[in-house]
Amino acid sequence: MSDSMVISEKQKREYAEIVNQIKPKPRVWCNIFRAFIVGGLICLLGQFILSFFQNRGLNVNEAAAATSATLVFLAAFLTGVGVYDEVSRFGGAGGIVPITGFANSMVSSALEYRAEGLVFGVGSRLFTIAGPVLVWGIVTAWAVGIFYYFFT
Amino acid sequence: MVAPKKNGLQTVWFQNPPVIISTASVAGSREGEGPLGKTFDKIVYDTYYGENTWEKAEKQMMMDAMKKALQKANLQKEDVDFMLAGDLLNQIISAGFSARSMSIPFLGLYGACSTMYEGLALGAMLIDGGFAERVLIATSSHYNTAERQYRFPTELGLQRPMTAQWTVTGAGAALLAREGSGPVITHATIGKVMDMGIGDAQDMGSAMAPAAADTITCHLQDTGRKPDYYDLIITGDLGVFGKKLAEQLVRQNGYEIRDRFADCGVLIYNGSQDVHAGGSGCGCSAVVTCGYLMEQLRTGMYKRFIGIGTGVLLSPCSVQQGETIPGIGHAVVIEMRQGG
Repeated sequence: MSDSMVISEKQKREYAEIVNQIKPKPRVWCNIFRAFIVGGLICLLGQFILSFFQNRGLNVNEAAAATSATLVFLAAFLTGVGVYDEVSRFGGAGGIVPITGFANSMVSSALEYRAEGLVFGVGSRLFTIAGPVLVWGIVTAWAVGIFYYFFT
Repeated sequence: MVAPKKNGLQTVWFQNPPVIISTASVAGSREGEGPLGKTFDKIVYDTYYGENTWEKAEKQMMMDAMKKALQKANLQKEDVDFMLAGDLLNQIISAGFSARSMSIPFLGLYGACSTMYEGLALGAMLIDGGFAERVLIATSSHYNTAERQYRFPTELGLQRPMTAQWTVTGAGAALLAREGSGPVITHATIGKVMDMGIGDAQDMGSAMAPAAADTITCHLQDTGRKPDYYDLIITGDLGVFGKKLAEQLVRQNGYEIRDRFADCGVLIYNGSQDVHAGGSGCGCSAVVTCGYLMEQLRTGMYKRFIGIGTGVLLSPCSVQQGETIPGIGHAVVIEMRQGG
Protein backbone atom coordinates (compact mmCIF):
# COMPACT_ATOMS: atom_id res chain seq x y z
CA MET A 1 0.00 0.00 0.00
CA SER A 2 2.50 2.57 1.17
CA ASP A 3 4.94 1.59 -1.58
CA SER A 4 2.52 2.56 -4.29
CA MET A 5 2.22 5.97 -2.68
CA VAL A 6 5.88 6.69 -3.34
CA ILE A 7 6.36 5.13 -6.75
CA SER A 8 3.37 4.46 -8.95
CA GLU A 9 2.76 1.25 -10.86
CA LYS A 10 3.06 3.27 -14.04
CA GLN A 11 6.55 4.45 -13.11
CA LYS A 12 7.54 0.85 -12.31
CA ARG A 13 6.25 -0.35 -15.68
CA GLU A 14 8.11 2.40 -17.51
CA TYR A 15 11.29 1.55 -15.66
CA ALA A 16 10.87 -2.15 -16.44
CA GLU A 17 10.72 -1.22 -20.14
CA ILE A 18 13.99 0.71 -19.95
CA VAL A 19 15.61 -2.18 -18.08
CA ASN A 20 14.48 -4.63 -20.75
CA GLN A 21 16.04 -2.50 -23.45
CA ILE A 22 19.41 -2.39 -21.71
CA LYS A 23 19.57 -5.80 -20.09
CA PRO A 24 21.25 -8.44 -22.28
CA LYS A 25 19.05 -11.25 -23.54
CA PRO A 26 20.05 -14.70 -22.25
CA ARG A 27 21.94 -16.53 -24.99
CA VAL A 28 19.42 -19.34 -25.15
CA TRP A 29 20.66 -21.13 -28.28
CA CYS A 30 24.28 -20.93 -27.21
CA ASN A 31 23.34 -22.29 -23.77
CA ILE A 32 21.27 -25.10 -25.26
CA PHE A 33 24.12 -26.10 -27.55
CA ARG A 34 26.65 -26.14 -24.72
CA ALA A 35 24.25 -28.09 -22.49
CA PHE A 36 23.81 -30.62 -25.30
CA ILE A 37 27.56 -31.09 -25.72
CA VAL A 38 28.44 -31.27 -22.01
CA GLY A 39 25.40 -33.36 -21.03
CA GLY A 40 25.98 -35.59 -24.04
CA LEU A 41 29.64 -36.15 -23.15
CA ILE A 42 28.74 -37.08 -19.57
CA CYS A 43 26.15 -39.57 -20.85
CA LEU A 44 28.65 -40.93 -23.38
CA LEU A 45 31.12 -41.46 -20.56
CA GLY A 46 28.36 -43.22 -18.63
CA GLN A 47 27.74 -45.51 -21.60
CA PHE A 48 31.44 -46.42 -21.80
CA ILE A 49 31.47 -47.26 -18.09
CA LEU A 50 28.27 -49.28 -18.43
CA SER A 51 29.68 -51.28 -21.33
CA PHE A 52 32.90 -51.80 -19.41
CA PHE A 53 31.08 -53.31 -16.44
CA GLN A 54 28.85 -55.43 -18.68
CA ASN A 55 31.88 -56.78 -20.51
CA ARG A 56 33.37 -57.68 -17.14
CA GLY A 57 30.37 -59.91 -16.53
CA LEU A 58 27.80 -57.82 -14.61
CA ASN A 59 24.17 -58.01 -15.70
CA VAL A 60 22.40 -54.82 -16.86
CA ASN A 61 21.00 -53.86 -13.44
CA GLU A 62 24.26 -54.44 -11.63
CA ALA A 63 26.23 -52.61 -14.29
CA ALA A 64 23.82 -49.64 -14.16
CA ALA A 65 24.24 -49.36 -10.37
CA ALA A 66 28.02 -49.59 -10.69
CA THR A 67 27.95 -46.92 -13.43
CA SER A 68 25.95 -44.53 -11.26
CA ALA A 69 28.34 -45.09 -8.38
CA THR A 70 31.33 -44.45 -10.62
CA LEU A 71 29.88 -41.24 -12.06
CA VAL A 72 28.92 -40.01 -8.60
CA PHE A 73 32.43 -40.72 -7.37
CA LEU A 74 33.99 -38.89 -10.32
CA ALA A 75 31.73 -35.85 -9.86
CA ALA A 76 32.37 -35.78 -6.12
CA PHE A 77 36.11 -35.97 -6.72
CA LEU A 78 36.01 -33.22 -9.37
CA THR A 79 33.94 -31.04 -7.00
CA GLY A 80 36.50 -31.59 -4.28
CA VAL A 81 39.37 -30.47 -6.49
CA GLY A 82 37.33 -27.48 -7.72
CA VAL A 83 36.75 -28.51 -11.32
CA TYR A 84 33.09 -29.49 -11.50
CA ASP A 85 31.72 -25.99 -10.94
CA GLU A 86 33.63 -24.93 -14.06
CA VAL A 87 32.04 -27.79 -16.03
CA SER A 88 28.52 -26.62 -15.11
CA ARG A 89 29.47 -22.99 -15.49
CA PHE A 90 30.23 -23.74 -19.11
CA GLY A 91 27.68 -26.47 -19.74
CA GLY A 92 24.72 -25.18 -17.70
CA ALA A 93 21.93 -27.74 -17.53
CA GLY A 94 24.24 -30.23 -19.26
CA GLY A 95 26.29 -30.36 -16.08
CA ILE A 96 23.43 -29.98 -13.63
CA VAL A 97 20.82 -32.50 -14.83
CA PRO A 98 22.88 -35.75 -14.99
CA ILE A 99 23.53 -37.66 -11.78
CA THR A 100 26.92 -35.95 -11.63
CA GLY A 101 25.15 -32.64 -10.97
CA PHE A 102 23.33 -34.22 -8.07
CA ALA A 103 26.62 -35.40 -6.60
CA ASN A 104 28.07 -31.94 -7.10
CA SER A 105 25.18 -30.32 -5.23
CA MET A 106 25.73 -32.55 -2.18
CA VAL A 107 29.51 -32.47 -2.08
CA SER A 108 29.65 -28.70 -2.59
CA SER A 109 27.23 -28.24 0.34
CA ALA A 110 29.26 -30.62 2.48
CA LEU A 111 32.47 -28.72 1.71
CA GLU A 112 30.86 -25.35 2.19
CA TYR A 113 29.30 -25.95 5.59
CA ARG A 114 32.08 -28.07 7.08
CA ALA A 115 33.24 -25.02 9.05
CA GLU A 116 29.95 -24.96 10.99
CA GLY A 117 30.60 -28.48 12.31
CA LEU A 118 29.60 -32.01 11.38
CA VAL A 119 26.13 -31.89 12.93
CA PHE A 120 24.74 -28.41 12.32
CA GLY A 121 26.98 -27.72 9.36
CA VAL A 122 27.38 -30.75 7.12
CA GLY A 123 24.57 -32.74 8.74
CA SER A 124 21.80 -30.22 8.50
CA ARG A 125 22.81 -28.52 5.27
CA LEU A 126 23.99 -31.43 3.14
CA PHE A 127 20.67 -31.45 1.30
CA THR A 128 20.29 -27.66 0.96
CA ILE A 129 20.40 -27.91 -2.84
CA ALA A 130 19.59 -31.60 -3.35
CA GLY A 131 16.71 -31.59 -0.85
CA PRO A 132 14.14 -29.80 -3.04
CA VAL A 133 15.02 -32.09 -5.96
CA LEU A 134 14.40 -35.14 -3.79
CA VAL A 135 11.22 -33.83 -2.18
CA TRP A 136 9.56 -32.80 -5.40
CA GLY A 137 10.95 -35.77 -7.32
CA ILE A 138 9.37 -38.12 -4.79
CA VAL A 139 6.11 -36.16 -4.68
CA THR A 140 5.88 -36.19 -8.48
CA ALA A 141 6.63 -39.92 -8.63
CA TRP A 142 3.95 -40.49 -6.03
CA ALA A 143 1.37 -38.44 -7.97
CA VAL A 144 2.19 -40.26 -11.19
CA GLY A 145 1.89 -43.56 -9.32
CA ILE A 146 -1.61 -42.71 -8.09
CA PHE A 147 -2.60 -41.62 -11.58
CA TYR A 148 -1.22 -44.85 -13.03
CA TYR A 149 -3.06 -46.96 -10.43
CA PHE A 150 -6.47 -45.46 -11.21
CA PHE A 151 -6.27 -45.02 -14.96
CA THR A 152 -4.74 -48.22 -16.23
CA MET B 1 13.59 26.03 10.34
CA VAL B 2 16.30 24.46 8.24
CA ALA B 3 19.32 22.93 9.95
CA PRO B 4 22.32 25.27 9.59
CA LYS B 5 24.52 22.82 7.68
CA LYS B 6 21.82 21.39 5.49
CA ASN B 7 21.66 22.45 1.90
CA GLY B 8 18.46 21.66 0.03
CA LEU B 9 16.51 18.45 0.53
CA GLN B 10 19.13 15.79 1.18
CA THR B 11 22.55 17.41 1.14
CA VAL B 12 24.74 18.50 4.03
CA TRP B 13 27.83 20.68 3.72
CA PHE B 14 30.80 20.84 6.03
CA GLN B 15 31.93 24.13 7.51
CA ASN B 16 35.44 22.83 8.15
CA PRO B 17 35.70 20.02 5.63
CA PRO B 18 37.12 16.92 7.35
CA VAL B 19 40.37 15.65 5.90
CA ILE B 20 41.00 12.10 4.69
CA ILE B 21 44.48 11.85 6.23
CA SER B 22 45.08 8.29 5.13
CA THR B 23 43.42 5.36 3.41
CA ALA B 24 44.34 1.72 2.98
CA SER B 25 43.05 -1.07 0.79
CA VAL B 26 43.50 -4.83 0.95
CA ALA B 27 42.21 -6.86 -1.99
CA GLY B 28 41.94 -10.46 -3.11
CA SER B 29 43.86 -12.07 -5.96
CA ARG B 30 41.23 -11.57 -8.67
CA GLU B 31 41.02 -7.88 -7.80
CA GLY B 32 44.82 -7.73 -7.69
CA GLU B 33 44.98 -9.12 -11.22
CA GLY B 34 42.47 -6.52 -12.40
CA PRO B 35 43.37 -3.18 -13.97
CA LEU B 36 43.49 -1.37 -10.60
CA GLY B 37 45.64 -4.02 -8.91
CA LYS B 38 48.64 -1.72 -8.51
CA THR B 39 46.68 0.86 -6.53
CA PHE B 40 45.91 -1.51 -3.64
CA ASP B 41 48.17 -1.60 -0.59
CA LYS B 42 48.10 -5.33 -0.22
CA ILE B 43 46.95 -8.29 -2.30
CA VAL B 44 45.86 -11.42 -0.47
CA TYR B 45 46.27 -14.50 -2.66
CA ASP B 46 44.91 -17.09 -0.24
CA THR B 47 41.11 -16.85 0.06
CA TYR B 48 41.45 -18.15 3.62
CA TYR B 49 44.24 -15.69 4.44
CA GLY B 50 45.81 -18.29 6.75
CA GLU B 51 42.61 -18.65 8.81
CA ASN B 52 40.35 -21.70 8.96
CA THR B 53 37.19 -19.98 7.71
CA TRP B 54 36.44 -17.35 5.07
CA GLU B 55 34.62 -15.25 7.66
CA LYS B 56 37.77 -15.01 9.75
CA ALA B 57 39.74 -14.17 6.62
CA GLU B 58 37.38 -11.30 5.81
CA LYS B 59 37.67 -9.95 9.35
CA GLN B 60 41.45 -10.19 9.09
CA MET B 61 41.41 -8.19 5.86
CA MET B 62 39.34 -5.48 7.50
CA MET B 63 41.75 -5.40 10.44
CA ASP B 64 44.69 -5.17 8.07
CA ALA B 65 43.16 -2.25 6.21
CA MET B 66 42.49 -0.33 9.43
CA LYS B 67 45.95 -0.99 10.86
CA LYS B 68 47.55 0.05 7.59
CA ALA B 69 45.56 3.30 7.54
CA LEU B 70 46.65 4.09 11.10
CA GLN B 71 50.24 3.20 10.30
CA LYS B 72 50.30 5.48 7.24
CA ALA B 73 49.08 8.38 9.40
CA ASN B 74 51.58 7.52 12.18
CA LEU B 75 48.77 7.18 14.68
CA GLN B 76 47.77 4.64 17.30
CA LYS B 77 44.27 3.29 17.76
CA GLU B 78 44.03 5.30 20.99
CA ASP B 79 44.20 8.46 18.86
CA VAL B 80 40.92 7.60 17.15
CA ASP B 81 37.62 8.69 18.70
CA PHE B 82 35.23 6.46 16.83
CA MET B 83 35.32 3.53 14.49
CA LEU B 84 32.49 3.25 11.95
CA ALA B 85 32.38 -0.03 10.11
CA GLY B 86 30.07 -2.45 8.38
CA ASP B 87 30.01 -5.37 5.99
CA LEU B 88 27.60 -7.73 4.26
CA LEU B 89 27.52 -10.64 6.66
CA ASN B 90 24.61 -11.35 8.96
CA GLN B 91 24.77 -9.08 12.01
CA ILE B 92 27.83 -7.39 10.44
CA ILE B 93 30.22 -9.78 12.15
CA SER B 94 33.33 -8.69 10.23
CA ALA B 95 32.91 -5.18 11.60
CA GLY B 96 31.88 -6.25 15.09
CA PHE B 97 34.69 -8.75 15.45
CA SER B 98 37.24 -6.28 14.10
CA ALA B 99 36.01 -3.74 16.62
CA ARG B 100 36.49 -6.35 19.33
CA SER B 101 40.17 -6.46 18.44
CA MET B 102 40.61 -2.75 17.81
CA SER B 103 38.88 -1.61 21.00
CA ILE B 104 37.97 1.80 19.58
CA PRO B 105 34.46 3.10 20.45
CA PHE B 106 32.42 1.49 17.70
CA LEU B 107 29.32 2.29 15.70
CA GLY B 108 28.22 -0.52 13.40
CA LEU B 109 26.78 0.43 10.03
CA TYR B 110 24.75 -1.44 7.50
CA GLY B 111 24.17 0.10 4.11
CA ALA B 112 24.91 -3.05 2.13
CA CYS B 113 27.41 -2.18 -0.60
CA SER B 114 26.98 1.55 0.09
CA THR B 115 28.47 1.24 3.58
CA MET B 116 31.82 2.91 2.75
CA TYR B 117 30.08 6.08 1.60
CA GLU B 118 27.58 5.96 4.44
CA GLY B 119 30.59 5.79 6.76
CA LEU B 120 32.42 8.67 5.06
CA ALA B 121 29.29 10.85 5.29
CA LEU B 122 28.66 10.02 8.95
CA GLY B 123 32.33 10.29 9.90
CA ALA B 124 32.53 13.73 8.33
CA MET B 125 29.39 14.76 10.22
CA LEU B 126 30.84 13.56 13.53
CA ILE B 127 34.00 15.56 12.96
CA ASP B 128 32.45 18.73 11.60
CA GLY B 129 29.83 18.53 14.34
CA GLY B 130 32.62 18.74 16.87
CA PHE B 131 32.08 15.27 18.31
CA ALA B 132 35.32 13.75 17.16
CA GLU B 133 38.86 14.65 16.22
CA ARG B 134 39.52 11.49 14.24
CA VAL B 135 37.22 8.79 12.89
CA LEU B 136 38.24 5.49 11.34
CA ILE B 137 35.92 4.04 8.70
CA ALA B 138 36.17 0.55 7.33
CA THR B 139 34.16 -1.90 5.25
CA SER B 140 34.84 -5.29 3.74
CA SER B 141 33.37 -8.03 1.62
CA HIS B 142 34.60 -11.44 0.56
CA TYR B 143 33.43 -13.40 -2.48
CA ASN B 144 33.18 -16.68 -0.62
CA THR B 145 31.44 -15.41 2.52
CA ALA B 146 28.91 -13.42 0.49
CA GLU B 147 28.29 -16.25 -1.94
CA ARG B 148 27.51 -18.79 0.78
CA GLN B 149 25.27 -16.38 2.67
CA TYR B 150 23.33 -14.87 -0.21
CA ARG B 151 23.49 -17.57 -2.86
CA PHE B 152 24.90 -21.07 -3.14
CA PRO B 153 27.89 -23.14 -2.06
CA THR B 154 30.94 -21.89 -3.96
CA GLU B 155 31.74 -25.24 -5.56
CA LEU B 156 28.19 -25.73 -6.83
CA GLY B 157 28.16 -25.77 -10.60
CA LEU B 158 25.74 -23.26 -12.04
CA GLN B 159 25.45 -20.76 -14.83
CA ARG B 160 25.04 -17.13 -13.85
CA PRO B 161 23.16 -14.66 -16.04
CA MET B 162 25.14 -11.85 -17.69
CA THR B 163 23.60 -9.32 -15.30
CA ALA B 164 25.07 -11.10 -12.26
CA GLN B 165 27.99 -9.43 -10.52
CA TRP B 166 31.03 -10.76 -8.73
CA THR B 167 31.44 -9.90 -5.04
CA VAL B 168 34.77 -8.18 -4.50
CA THR B 169 37.11 -9.73 -1.96
CA GLY B 170 38.64 -6.77 -0.24
CA ALA B 171 38.57 -4.26 2.56
CA GLY B 172 39.11 -0.54 2.64
CA ALA B 173 39.72 1.83 5.51
CA ALA B 174 39.80 5.63 5.62
CA LEU B 175 40.97 7.77 8.48
CA LEU B 176 39.21 11.13 8.74
CA ALA B 177 40.54 13.96 10.88
CA ARG B 178 39.53 17.51 11.73
CA GLU B 179 42.86 18.74 10.42
CA GLY B 180 45.80 17.38 8.52
CA SER B 181 46.84 17.03 4.95
CA GLY B 182 44.98 15.17 2.27
CA PRO B 183 41.76 15.38 0.29
CA VAL B 184 38.74 16.84 2.08
CA ILE B 185 35.07 15.94 2.23
CA THR B 186 32.97 18.99 1.43
CA HIS B 187 29.45 17.68 0.98
CA ALA B 188 27.41 14.56 1.48
CA THR B 189 24.03 13.72 0.00
CA ILE B 190 22.11 11.06 1.89
CA GLY B 191 20.07 8.85 -0.39
CA LYS B 192 16.49 7.71 -0.17
CA VAL B 193 15.60 4.05 -0.41
CA MET B 194 14.04 3.47 -3.81
CA ASP B 195 12.32 0.42 -5.18
CA MET B 196 11.22 0.41 -8.80
CA GLY B 197 9.87 -3.12 -8.63
CA ILE B 198 12.92 -5.11 -9.73
CA GLY B 199 12.70 -8.58 -8.21
CA ASP B 200 15.61 -10.37 -9.88
CA ALA B 201 18.36 -10.86 -7.29
CA GLN B 202 20.76 -11.72 -10.12
CA ASP B 203 20.32 -8.20 -11.49
CA MET B 204 21.24 -5.83 -8.68
CA GLY B 205 22.42 -3.13 -11.06
CA SER B 206 18.88 -2.51 -12.28
CA ALA B 207 17.63 -2.44 -8.68
CA MET B 208 20.22 0.15 -7.59
CA ALA B 209 20.34 2.41 -10.64
CA PRO B 210 17.20 4.45 -9.75
CA ALA B 211 18.52 5.18 -6.24
CA ALA B 212 21.91 6.22 -7.60
CA ALA B 213 20.32 8.42 -10.26
CA ASP B 214 18.02 9.99 -7.69
CA THR B 215 20.89 10.82 -5.35
CA ILE B 216 23.00 12.29 -8.17
CA THR B 217 20.09 14.41 -9.39
CA CYS B 218 19.20 15.52 -5.89
CA HIS B 219 22.80 16.47 -5.16
CA LEU B 220 23.04 18.60 -8.29
CA GLN B 221 19.72 20.29 -7.51
CA ASP B 222 20.58 20.86 -3.84
CA THR B 223 23.94 22.42 -4.63
CA GLY B 224 22.93 24.14 -7.86
CA ARG B 225 25.99 22.62 -9.51
CA LYS B 226 26.34 21.26 -13.02
CA PRO B 227 27.83 17.80 -13.65
CA ASP B 228 30.97 19.39 -15.14
CA TYR B 229 31.76 20.87 -11.72
CA TYR B 230 33.16 17.40 -11.00
CA ASP B 231 36.05 15.74 -12.76
CA LEU B 232 34.44 12.42 -12.10
CA ILE B 233 31.06 11.09 -11.01
CA ILE B 234 31.55 7.54 -9.84
CA THR B 235 29.04 5.02 -8.51
CA GLY B 236 29.87 2.07 -6.26
CA ASP B 237 28.79 -1.13 -7.91
CA LEU B 238 26.08 -0.66 -10.52
CA GLY B 239 27.92 -2.86 -12.99
CA VAL B 240 27.89 -2.50 -16.77
CA PHE B 241 24.11 -2.46 -17.24
CA GLY B 242 23.20 -0.61 -14.05
CA LYS B 243 25.62 2.14 -15.04
CA LYS B 244 23.91 2.56 -18.41
CA LEU B 245 20.55 2.69 -16.67
CA ALA B 246 21.66 5.29 -14.12
CA GLU B 247 23.15 7.44 -16.88
CA GLN B 248 19.88 7.33 -18.77
CA LEU B 249 17.79 8.10 -15.69
CA VAL B 250 19.96 11.10 -14.80
CA ARG B 251 19.59 12.28 -18.41
CA GLN B 252 15.81 12.06 -18.05
CA ASN B 253 16.18 14.32 -15.02
CA GLY B 254 17.92 16.89 -17.18
CA TYR B 255 21.63 16.30 -16.55
CA GLU B 256 24.15 14.79 -18.96
CA ILE B 257 26.91 12.94 -17.09
CA ARG B 258 28.07 10.57 -19.81
CA ASP B 259 31.53 12.08 -20.37
CA ARG B 260 32.55 11.90 -16.71
CA PHE B 261 30.62 8.95 -15.35
CA ALA B 262 32.28 5.77 -14.08
CA ASP B 263 31.47 2.86 -11.82
CA CYS B 264 33.83 1.14 -9.36
CA GLY B 265 32.33 -2.25 -10.23
CA VAL B 266 33.09 -1.74 -13.92
CA LEU B 267 36.64 -0.45 -13.31
CA ILE B 268 37.85 -3.11 -10.90
CA TYR B 269 37.92 -6.07 -13.30
CA ASN B 270 38.73 -6.38 -16.96
CA GLY B 271 36.51 -8.06 -19.51
CA SER B 272 38.48 -11.30 -19.64
CA GLN B 273 38.01 -12.04 -15.94
CA ASP B 274 34.61 -13.66 -16.48
CA VAL B 275 32.83 -11.57 -13.87
CA HIS B 276 29.80 -10.81 -16.06
CA ALA B 277 28.44 -7.34 -15.22
CA GLY B 278 31.33 -6.37 -12.91
CA GLY B 279 32.19 -6.20 -9.23
CA SER B 280 29.91 -5.63 -6.27
CA GLY B 281 30.00 -5.76 -2.49
CA CYS B 282 31.09 -3.38 0.27
CA GLY B 283 34.67 -4.04 -0.71
CA CYS B 284 34.12 -2.86 -4.28
CA SER B 285 33.60 0.84 -3.67
CA ALA B 286 35.88 0.62 -0.61
CA VAL B 287 39.03 -0.61 -2.33
CA VAL B 288 38.47 1.47 -5.45
CA THR B 289 37.92 4.63 -3.38
CA CYS B 290 40.66 3.98 -0.82
CA GLY B 291 43.10 2.72 -3.44
CA TYR B 292 42.57 3.94 -6.99
CA LEU B 293 40.59 7.16 -6.47
CA MET B 294 42.86 8.45 -3.71
CA GLU B 295 45.85 7.84 -5.94
CA GLN B 296 44.17 9.76 -8.76
CA LEU B 297 43.70 12.70 -6.38
CA ARG B 298 47.29 12.52 -5.16
CA THR B 299 48.72 12.45 -8.66
CA GLY B 300 46.47 15.33 -9.70
CA MET B 301 44.61 13.30 -12.31
CA TYR B 302 41.37 14.41 -10.69
CA LYS B 303 40.85 17.43 -8.51
CA ARG B 304 37.35 16.78 -7.34
CA PHE B 305 34.95 13.89 -7.60
CA ILE B 306 31.62 12.79 -6.29
CA GLY B 307 31.35 9.17 -5.26
CA ILE B 308 28.00 7.50 -4.84
CA GLY B 309 28.07 4.33 -2.75
CA THR B 310 25.25 2.09 -3.95
CA GLY B 311 23.60 -0.79 -2.17
CA VAL B 312 20.65 -3.15 -2.28
CA LEU B 313 18.80 -3.62 0.99
CA LEU B 314 17.62 -7.17 0.45
CA SER B 315 18.11 -10.42 2.33
CA PRO B 316 17.91 -14.01 1.06
CA CYS B 317 14.68 -14.27 3.07
CA SER B 318 13.07 -11.21 1.43
CA VAL B 319 13.96 -12.53 -2.02
CA GLN B 320 12.46 -15.96 -1.29
CA GLN B 321 9.31 -14.31 0.01
CA GLY B 322 8.93 -12.53 -3.31
CA GLU B 323 9.72 -9.00 -2.16
CA THR B 324 11.14 -6.61 -4.72
CA ILE B 325 14.61 -5.14 -4.19
CA PRO B 326 15.06 -1.71 -2.61
CA GLY B 327 18.21 0.21 -3.50
CA ILE B 328 20.06 3.12 -1.92
CA GLY B 329 22.84 5.52 -2.90
CA HIS B 330 24.84 7.89 -0.69
CA ALA B 331 27.01 10.57 -2.30
CA VAL B 332 30.13 12.16 -0.88
CA VAL B 333 32.12 14.97 -2.50
CA ILE B 334 35.87 14.60 -2.12
CA GLU B 335 38.29 17.23 -3.36
CA MET B 336 41.97 18.01 -3.26
CA ARG B 337 42.63 21.50 -2.00
CA GLN B 338 45.63 23.64 -2.84
CA GLY B 339 48.44 23.02 -0.40
CA GLY B 340 46.35 20.35 1.35
